[in-house]
Amino acid sequence: MSMIIAPADYLLFGFFPTVIFSFLLPVIGVGLFTYIIARRIAPLVRANPDYRFDNIPERIKNLIVVWLGQVRQPRYMLAGVLHIIIFAGFLILSIRSTSLVIIGMSDGFVLPGLDGSLGTVYNVMKDYAATAVLVACIIAAYRRGIKKPARYAVPEKYGHDHTAEAVFVLGIIATLMISESMFEASAVAYNYQTLGDAHFPAIFSLAWIFAKILGFASLESLQGLHIIMYYVHDVTFFFFLCFLPLGKHFHVITSIFNVFFMRVKKGNIKPVKYGVSDQELDDLESFGVKKLEDFTWKHMLDFYSCADCGRCSDQCPANAAGRPLSPRFITIKARDLIFKNYPIKSGVIYKSDKLLVEDIYTADEIWSCTTCGACEQECPLGIEYIDKMVDLRRGMVDEGMVPQSLQKPLKALEKRGNPYGKMEKKRADWAKEKTFAQTHTVKDLGKDVADTLYFVDSITSYDDNMQEIARRTSIILEKAGVDFGILGKGEKDSGNEVLRFGEEMLYQELKARNTEAILESGVKRIVTADPHALNALKKDYTGLPPVKHISEIVAEKINSGVLTMKPCKNRDKVYVYHDPCYLGRHNSIYESPRQAMDAIAGLTRVELEKSRDRSFCCGGGGLMLFYEPEEETRMGVLRVNMAAEAGANVIVTACPFCLVNIQDAIKVAGKEDEMEVLDFTQLIEEHLI
Amino acid sequence: MEILVCVKRVPDTAENEFELNSEGNDLDRDDLVYSVNEWDNYAVEEAIQIVDNLGGSITVVTVGDDEAEEVLRREMAMGANNGVLLSDDAFEGSDGRGIAAILKAEVEKGNYDLILTGAQADEGAGQVGGMLAAMLDYPYASLVNKIEPADGKIKVGREIEGGNQEMNEIELPCVLSIQTGINEPRYVGIRGIRKVASVEIPVKGAGDLGVDAGSVGEAGAKTKRVDYFVPDLGDGAEMLEGSTDEIIEKLIEKLKAKGGL
Repeated sequence: MSMIIAPADYLLFGFFPTVIFSFLLPVIGVGLFTYIIARRIAPLVRANPDYRFDNIPERIKNLIVVWLGQVRQPRYMLAGVLHIIIFAGFLILSIRSTSLVIIGMSDGFVLPGLDGSLGTVYNVMKDYAATAVLVACIIAAYRRGIKKPARYAVPEKYGHDHTAEAVFVLGIIATLMISESMFEASAVAYNYQTLGDAHFPAIFSLAWIFAKILGFASLESLQGLHIIMYYVHDVTFFFFLCFLPLGKHFHVITSIFNVFFMRVKKGNIKPVKYGVSDQELDDLESFGVKKLEDFTWKHMLDFYSCADCGRCSDQCPANAAGRPLSPRFITIKARDLIFKNYPIKSGVIYKSDKLLVEDIYTADEIWSCTTCGACEQECPLGIEYIDKMVDLRRGMVDEGMVPQSLQKPLKALEKRGNPYGKMEKKRADWAKEKTFAQTHTVKDLGKDVADTLYFVDSITSYDDNMQEIARRTSIILEKAGVDFGILGKGEKDSGNEVLRFGEEMLYQELKARNTEAILESGVKRIVTADPHALNALKKDYTGLPPVKHISEIVAEKINSGVLTMKPCKNRDKVYVYHDPCYLGRHNSIYESPRQAMDAIAGLTRVELEKSRDRSFCCGGGGLMLFYEPEEETRMGVLRVNMAAEAGANVIVTACPFCLVNIQDAIKVAGKEDEMEVLDFTQLIEEHLI
Repeated sequence: MEILVCVKRVPDTAENEFELNSEGNDLDRDDLVYSVNEWDNYAVEEAIQIVDNLGGSITVVTVGDDEAEEVLRREMAMGANNGVLLSDDAFEGSDGRGIAAILKAEVEKGNYDLILTGAQADEGAGQVGGMLAAMLDYPYASLVNKIEPADGKIKVGREIEGGNQEMNEIELPCVLSIQTGINEPRYVGIRGIRKVASVEIPVKGAGDLGVDAGSVGEAGAKTKRVDYFVPDLGDGAEMLEGSTDEIIEKLIEKLKAKGGL
């Protein structure tokens, strides 16, 4: 009576040593895998540069939290938990699978460190891991193949459905789990019968169940099963390895890199080209992304890394409003093009003649994005979209492909420094309104000096409806004892959207003029009530004094007792705070406005289901107000409906663009009688003692 | 095809709030910003599209002072190959006929198959295109909203009252005045203009063109502007004043009072 013969020692048909397979399979598998990866790296080498080796501590943190910790996964609970199980199982079983490859050549091989009690612990862990992964795979396959959640659907215009690939891969994973467990179980059952060795796998694990089932099988069949299962595992393992880079499961390999290199700063935009300073921009032949290879290598890595989970598009407000944009397919269409232009089979590299926006994308698709950032916030793999949109727009602007609806405001910005084409000298006219001017004067820093600059920006300066925000902000600052002034006609549009709509040189001009005016004014601080201005000054401009949003000042001054709030004037109303994208997601200011609202005694405040970093864009600001998108409904209308569902009848926001969009949306939705919208400054100013 | 497009630098209507000057004979031009006459932009875009399809080159020309060079550069940034500035003290104060005469001299220096102008410019007379064609003895089509080039001839479309469309065959060389909406002019940003900033633009005066200085400019003008004013309110007309909200409120009141609502 003896032990079961291992694949390393087995003779097929009594003469052919299977160990030959054990050598050949890894050699072929690794060789093929290396070739495929080399082909996949080819476009990355030809891509534009991208500086991603900065902020290493932050990147390591992302690796631990986002990659290893999978912290973004449970934002979609069931899918997230299933993924965490499969991911953790993969990590644990990768050690086992590697060992198995070597065991096929040398029986009894144990990885260094796993021969003692640690090995015993590991063996228990991997038995349960394989079991959990198999169960997760079955649930996942049921979900994908039978339940089919809507967010995985592929609209016809975006190509073929991906369910088959997803279920196939779940099948492969299940095969790996079953074959590994059976390989082990057959040995256990064999040795139990021959040697009475009762060394069973972890109780109720897959291997344990198989061992129990196989307990009475004949020795011959157990021996056969042992060998077959080993090579089923080996073949499947190397097949899977080579299959991964061919589709959406490439993320199994690329995710660790993609998360390490993901965006670490929020709210900023990549330079036109890394390594080219603002002063050298004029020397560049071409701007932005026009062809595939104009993307940076990280952006190409993003394309490879997409797992097609559909979370970005599920959160995308443009997609929800029926605009021709679904971020998921921005990635997938680019990946399909890379696969087409860099085929694995031949060593050829094809070039597309057409611009990307004429080939795989459409201009409307690219202009539809409000740069709200919901997609990037959601992606468990750290895939970026905003910089790609901006780069594609830079390319279109460079080619003169700008919609007529945007040309007028852009030209007005060039000539007058605001998108409305209003005269520079009227920029401070909001302060001349009769009742306001009777009791308040606002310093003009062109002539006067002050500690703090109130940066008003274009919409609040010129839009009749929004000028109230400027006046309320001034009164709040006054009551808070802030010594402030404005730039008046010296102020130009902050250019937040000029930059994000791809008109780089115009943005550079606006930035230079504002920077000069601000530095000349000698202020020590900047405050604004416009989150888009806040973002531009804080994230895009350099060398300015610190910038704060009015809600931060209000919260601080309430805490320090400088500002005191009256009890709520409308106690029968239910208030809800809408997070503006450029205040919340891009600048992480979530609490200050809420704290300030909660300081009003008796104010009833509810939360939207989509709030804080999951806030839903109201329609976009800046130039987006001029763009005429194709859409089924307005984002603002969707948002107003969400507020109504939350049981609110007053929406409070802290951004002039949100205010405009939501005001319009309330009218479009026909909810004038049941819903109103206020700017944060209005609510606060009305409640200040 | 060799194409000449005549363009003009005009106060930008989209970006100005017009006020009359103190003498009341012109706009107060201190705070104005200028750009290319909107119609001319469509003409240049159309020329670019024709040349993209058939080959050839585009020259943009303007009659104006030194500052008019900026509009030539903008159109060159858009895609015109050459620019010519027709500038001379003697040209100042030209009426429509004078401008047409100056342009005619430039047309005759070249070998153009097609001459495009905007349908009209800031002053709304819409006369230069027609006069230029007459002086050159070229065929002319006005308010063109469609061009289909063919060999030696082109087909041009015009929109007729009531939304009807007519198509005409016209022999080359010819002059066409271009209507807005014929295409979607491409965007020109600061970057585009900087790229052509150092391109030489020849300046030609009366002598270079062989134009008799006395026949153009103020001296040769046969029409003279004698007044410029905002018309008095007639009977039944009323301007509502105030903020947008106030104006709307007043309007609603009036509509209600008259039974319109």
